[in-house]
Amino acid sequence: MDTQLTLGPVLFNWTADAWRDFYWRVADEAPVDVVHVGEIVCSKRLPFIAEHLPEALERLTAAGKRVVVSSPILVTTERERQAVRDLLTIGDVTIEANDTGALALLAGRPHAVGPFVNVYNEGTLAWLAGRGAGSVTLPGELPADAIRPLAAAARTLGVAVEVQVFGRLPLAISARCYHARAQGLHKDGCRFVCGEDPDGLSVDTLDGEPFLTVNGTQTLSRRYLSLAGRLDELRTMGVTRFRLSPHSLDMVEVARLFRAVLDGTLAAAEADARLADRIGPAGIADGFFLGKPGAAWVGAAA
Amino acid sequence: MASFELICPAGTPAALRAAVDAGADSVYCGFRDETNARNFPGLNFSPTEMAEGVAYAHRRGRSLFVAINTYPAASNPAPWHRAVDQAAEFGADAVILADLGLLDYAARRHPRLRLHLSVQASAANADAVALYRDVFGVRRVVLPRVLTVQDIARLTAETGVETEVFVFGGLCPMAEGRCSLSSYATGQSPNRQGVCSPASHVRYEQRGDVMASRLGDFTINLFEEGEPAGYPTLCKGRFVTNDRSSYLFEEPTSLNAVALLPELKAAGVRALKIEGRQRGKAYIAATVAAYRQALDGFDRTGRAEVPMLAGMTEGQRGTTGAYTRTWR
Repeated sequence: MDTQLTLGPVLFNWTADAWRDFYWRVADEAPVDVVHVGEIVCSKRLPFIAEHLPEALERLTAAGKRVVVSSPILVTTERERQAVRDLLTIGDVTIEANDTGALALLAGRPHAVGPFVNVYNEGTLAWLAGRGAGSVTLPGELPADAIRPLAAAARTLGVAVEVQVFGRLPLAISARCYHARAQGLHKDGCRFVCGEDPDGLSVDTLDGEPFLTVNGTQTLSRRYLSLAGRLDELRTMGVTRFRLSPHSLDMVEVARLFRAVLDGTLAAAEADARLADRIGPAGIADGFFLGKPGAAWVGAAA
Repeated sequence: MASFELICPAGTPAALRAAVDAGADSVYCGFRDETNARNFPGLNFSPTEMAEGVAYAHRRGRSLFVAINTYPAASNPAPWHRAVDQAAEFGADAVILADLGLLDYAARRHPRLRLHLSVQASAANADAVALYRDVFGVRRVVLPRVLTVQDIARLTAETGVETEVFVFGGLCPMAEGRCSLSSYATGQSPNRQGVCSPASHVRYEQRGDVMASRLGDFTINLFEEGEPAGYPTLCKGRFVTNDRSSYLFEEPTSLNAVALLPELKAAGVRALKIEGRQRGKAYIAATVAAYRQALDGFDRTGRAEVPMLAGMTEGQRGTTGAYTRTWR
């Protein structure tokens, strides 16, 4: 199967203009095959991107990208349920289910299963394949020892397996907004303070060590995942799609680095060094892949 | 009929007997391995103990549920399948499952076994619950602690599935079964190993007058002299954002929703659950007895009297959590 680079949905609350400019540039310049769009963290942000969404779909498709619309991670209210139903009426795109409610609505129709549906074993993978899943993005905490048998099983089921290889790792979702709480506010009167942090709000320990990142109701790693040095290994396992999660740094450059490693024109260690340089003090991590704490960094040479 | 079924935790056979004797309608337990989400050293049931536990509960007209609520490991489903098979063989009244593949296995292999959906599946809306009901025949769903009472009422009415909600004990501020915070810091996760912020990765460091509680390589809290040093559960720690330290995710507090009994009854909730399979039998006996008294009182008078549970809540404080909208 072909190896594909995919771009995950923007997780952060970017301004409508920044969001639009990002996808326009991706359409024109980023060497990615699949592009995810959709507000998956907080339904209160949905109106901001709604106005640009149809045009983004059109522009990305015209640029030869396959577009996937991602459904929200946590759906609790009637309005949020309706928003998921609305996604299903968009024509000519694949929908990625990120909760079991969306899975229920997509039964029998080809769809993608996102990283927020728990796929830990072959039994679940087979069940999802039987319901029409064409691809599955595995949860970020899975180590190589789990990815390997799952990718092997997926091949026999005809399901493409995707793994996130770049960007802060989503670690938790809540009904409570921590961005608002950090400012002494509630979710209902949040004043959209999450918009102030294009890569999320830094959470340090009391010792001043960088630890986590808050993005509204979502908590992510502080470190940026980089599996540039593991692409060959993942490919050998049968993983065919590699997800880059968007940040405010130059994602076109990030996509080019990963593309170059996949093409064999750039050494993985060099790609990691350049990424670490762009990311700066937040640092990079690959611990989950090695069955270690997710925050750990080992690097491909180990 | 009583307003609610009272569901109580047991991490040991002694705690199971204590819960039954104190008035639990149903007790939930797990096998002694990674198949359940309280996989702590010295806890849980051998197959023989589980069979005896079922017998003890049944002799007194109570029920026993077996929690098999972690996510089966890739290429090693046997422990999870065996747990389901044994629960069925021993006559457990239900198994509490989270994984789609394991639900599929249980529904096909044991069509008469009653299936409950674990909180670890985080089924947070009616569409999700309907899937588990229609595809696997799930009869009851334990709701994630992200819903308001209003959300619960709507979901219960729309799906017709029995709903069970946590009313007392530890409180996850995150959607359960969708949290990798513990594994980010320690490599050990609730979904895979059945542990959160495990004791094996906890250290307390005395730094002059200050005590630091650490989880893996990260400081979760600092305590001044005389301040009780709490356990470093990651999401109950103190962290710094915008140069200000706070309990960012949740205070070291416990859930106590007894004041909401009238609202939960109106919402159609069938069962109330107490958290705490890791607790000792004395705690279980006292907590279950207090809740039994509160529920019996509620059935007689329609009023929710808050039972005396001083000293039993973590940090001595209670919260009604996400059931009340302002928590968000």
